[in-house]
Amino acid sequence: MLELTDIRKTFFRGTPNEVRALRGVNLTIDRGSFVCVIGTNGSGKSTLLNAVAGAFPLDSGRILLDGQDITRWPEHRRAKLIGRVFQDPFSGTAPSMTIAENLALAARRGLRRGPGLALNVGKRREMRERVRAMGLNLEDRLNNPIGTLSGGQRQSLTLLMAGMVKPALLLLDEHTAALDPKSADQVIRLTEEFIAKDRLTTLMVTHSMQQAAALGDRVIMMDRGQIVHDISGIAKQRLRPEDLLSRFDEIRRANQLDETAAEMLHSQYV
Amino acid sequence: MTLLIGSLTIGLILSLLAFGILISFRVVAFEDLTVDGSFALGGATAATLIVGQIHPLLATFCAALAGAAAGGVTAILHTKFGIDRLLSGILVMTGLYSVNLRVMGKSNVPLLSERTVMDYGDGWAKLLFGDETVVSIAGWEAPSRDLSSLMLMGFAAIVIGILLYTFFRTNFGLAMQAIGDNSKMIRALGVNVDLMTIGALMLGNSLIGLAGALMAQYQGFADVQMGIGMLVWGVASVILGESLVGTKKIGFLIAGAVMGSVLFRLLVAIALRWGLNPNDLKLITAVFVFAALVLPKFASHGSRLVRRNRDA
Repeated sequence: MLELTDIRKTFFRGTPNEVRALRGVNLTIDRGSFVCVIGTNGSGKSTLLNAVAGAFPLDSGRILLDGQDITRWPEHRRAKLIGRVFQDPFSGTAPSMTIAENLALAARRGLRRGPGLALNVGKRREMRERVRAMGLNLEDRLNNPIGTLSGGQRQSLTLLMAGMVKPALLLLDEHTAALDPKSADQVIRLTEEFIAKDRLTTLMVTHSMQQAAALGDRVIMMDRGQIVHDISGIAKQRLRPEDLLSRFDEIRRANQLDETAAEMLHSQYV
Repeated sequence: MTLLIGSLTIGLILSLLAFGILISFRVVAFEDLTVDGSFALGGATAATLIVGQIHPLLATFCAALAGAAAGGVTAILHTKFGIDRLLSGILVMTGLYSVNLRVMGKSNVPLLSERTVMDYGDGWAKLLFGDETVVSIAGWEAPSRDLSSLMLMGFAAIVIGILLYTFFRTNFGLAMQAIGDNSKMIRALGVNVDLMTIGALMLGNSLIGLAGALMAQYQGFADVQMGIGMLVWGVASVILGESLVGTKKIGFLIAGAVMGSVLFRLLVAIALRWGLNPNDLKLITAVFVFAALVLPKFASHGSRLVRRNRDA
């Protein structure tokens, strides 16, 4: 379904700020699989998602999605196959346009946008039903600008928008990180329902060990631009947040060891 | 009376300019400085073609195409070559000054003895007023030719306004609006933002070229200087229109642009009547735009102060 082969990306190459964000990532995700990506800050998990979405060109490697080589596709072309929800609730919706207009935009994701009317009575009725089904009590506010809604409501709508045209791959980039706990729970609940209903292939970056342990059928842990743990099957089902935390500790100790070792060598030989 | 009708007519012609600026500055949030150049380009193209015995409607259409080309160049400089938006517009505007001189072959092309689109109004005037050359409206005398031009331009502004409104309700038009509102989101929904920006600037500048063409035909000449100050003029109209309608809905903004343009022209006419030196006009316009941009901030700042005092 999604196949990443040895993808690499270095930002600010050749400057003091050089960041080797992705250092040879290989990953294959089956159709209908729901994969959580965790890792410390700067581990490359968001970069990985952005690489799949096409936010920047890769230095090397190959991305196959739905049987097509999309490595060289620009971001807007990949949108045909990929639905996205961003971390920032303000990124996923157009604030001064109405709920209905935003949904109408999402209903044409990856499709030709021609001279047909974007909204009509039939489409409005269908949107009303979809919004009502989310249980956010927004179905009577379709003509309100989205900018007047809360972050949680906007993220829920962005999720709905990402699924209006069924995506081959759904990318969720810490989409609850900027929300208060109650809204975050609600958005997570909606996310689960959504993915289960259409059996969407999903790649979700998260900060929350609870989410990573509870959601999905596979967890990938990243560190310094590489995948260091890949847990699926029975192991994933038994996984608890504490297990993930202890693995983080291991990584941290290993990294510290590297640093002290390097220092020791440095002091001895330089 | 003649002054009033003239002001209204010019206000309506310039409402097409305001539409163009609405599209670039507001809808796609692109500070497009091509305006002064594309307005004069429209006038120059139409005048030259009309003098060359091309049908005035076709000449006017070609002026709109020329404007679209100018806007397209600005957008391509920005999107494909990565040049700053303001600089792209300045480059094209500056270059167009020479292009306009080339198109006309001289700095001024008179149209007084030529057949222009304004003559179509005469047919309407005959239908409405018979053969009278002077019509009395509520006791005021007005030349029927001026009235017919006014009606013709009012018709043009309304038809183009409705077409624009319809356009922005289509799937394509809705996506264009999203560019200015949240380009990251609309890219993630599969829209090629670069291409859409180019399209928007072409559309906007075609309307500006059209306004230039109609202006040249109305005033009876095209001049290489006729575009100077048009950008600020159009921005003033759009701002005035926005404050008149008080909403960001596209239909209201379009209607507001017409109202703003006409009202602004009337204000200017009144100021001139009261003895304002025409040389000061551009300065007054610039000061007006400055005030319109800054005053709302002061107003909200003031109300915050009031609230703070009350709380304390």
